Amino acid sequence: MNEQTLFSIFFSAMIVNNFTLALFLGLCPFMGVSARVETALRMGFANIFVLVLTSLAAWFLNTYILETAPFLRIISFIIVIASLVQIVETAIKKLSPALFRQLGIFLPLITTNCAILGLAIFQTNRGYDFLQGLTFAIGAGLGLTLALVLMASIRESVEFSDVPGIAKGTGLVLIIAGTLSMAFMGFAGLF
Amino acid sequence: MRTTTAQQDFIRGIWKENPVLVQMLGLCPALAVTNSVANALAMSGATFFVMSCSSVLISTCKRFIPHEVRISAYILVIATFVTLADMLLQAYAPAQHKELGAFIALIVVNCMILGRQESFSSKNSVFRSLLDAIGTGVGFTIALVMMGGFREILGTGSFLGYPLFGPNFEPWVIMVLPAGGFLTLGFILLAMGAIEQRRKDRAERKEEPVAEVSS
Repeated sequence: MNEQTLFSIFFSAMIVNNFTLALFLGLCPFMGVSARVETALRMGFANIFVLVLTSLAAWFLNTYILETAPFLRIISFIIVIASLVQIVETAIKKLSPALFRQLGIFLPLITTNCAILGLAIFQTNRGYDFLQGLTFAIGAGLGLTLALVLMASIRESVEFSDVPGIAKGTGLVLIIAGTLSMAFMGFAGLF
Repeated sequence: MRTTTAQQDFIRGIWKENPVLVQMLGLCPALAVTNSVANALAMSGATFFVMSCSSVLISTCKRFIPHEVRISAYILVIATFVTLADMLLQAYAPAQHKELGAFIALIVVNCMILGRQESFSSKNSVFRSLLDAIGTGVGFTIALVMMGGFREILGTGSFLGYPLFGPNFEPWVIMVLPAGGFLTLGFILLAMGAIEQRRKDRAERKEEPVAEVSS
């Protein structure tokens, strides 16, 4: 049982220990789908949704099943996450084909996003209870979305500027990310 | 059909298709745990172990794994070896295990490992797959140790814990913080881009020996 308040968990996950910029989780979408603000937003929301579901599932597994077999933790988490994403994908496809078309390839890709498994493992290591886990998941999801949207906005405006030929592509994105991360360091020690 | 020799399978992963520096796979561990050389070594050791074991097992069983559920099967195999690596590290290197924390478990979702299984081990013989895994693992280790070296030397003024510069050196604290990870990898990529550009220019010049007047 962890004694942190919900407020500090939320802000710590969203800003101070931002999953992307401070813990390096979820870098693949950060590099891959941050070229347009709109896609970045959509990816962020898909992530929040899956993060919340994962947090619930991880809490359930930890409380009722894994107590007797802690060594199965990694395996069971990854299976549960993979099947969750599959279920969500099928459900959205059936219920709202328009939304499904918009999310496209991003949904299945979320399975191999380290932020999701990372959240489940951090939650377990820190011993969050049900409500704390939920707050943690929402905070982390909002933090991911924030980082993605910031990055996408910068990239949109850098697109037409005159950068040296060798800096075009990933090198430039990484340096921008480093600068963003430095900005977020200003929040360090807040909680 | 085989288009590459065994030697090429081994060499390819080290430089030309280096997983971190060229293919941009496995970035999370490459950035997160490279604040010291010791951590980088422990991480690449664990990844190397998981990678070689799962490559051998998957290429052995490739006939029995149904095509439709192959990705889940690969993930299961990888997760099993990650659990093993986690326990081994906890038993033999508890200090590193504590430092790396959750990132050992996150080897499961390292796209580099899954990528090699899907594109190589599931189609090639056991020996070839092992060579490929070792090559990619060595490439991963080189990238991680290079980053860890830069960040530790500049960030703390020491290498593997031994001080290098004497007491007058002011460490660049930013290099061991998260921002330093992004910046280090960014600058390494810029350097690689510059080398690549120069090579391309030279090749073009060879093709057209008559230099253009206007340039």
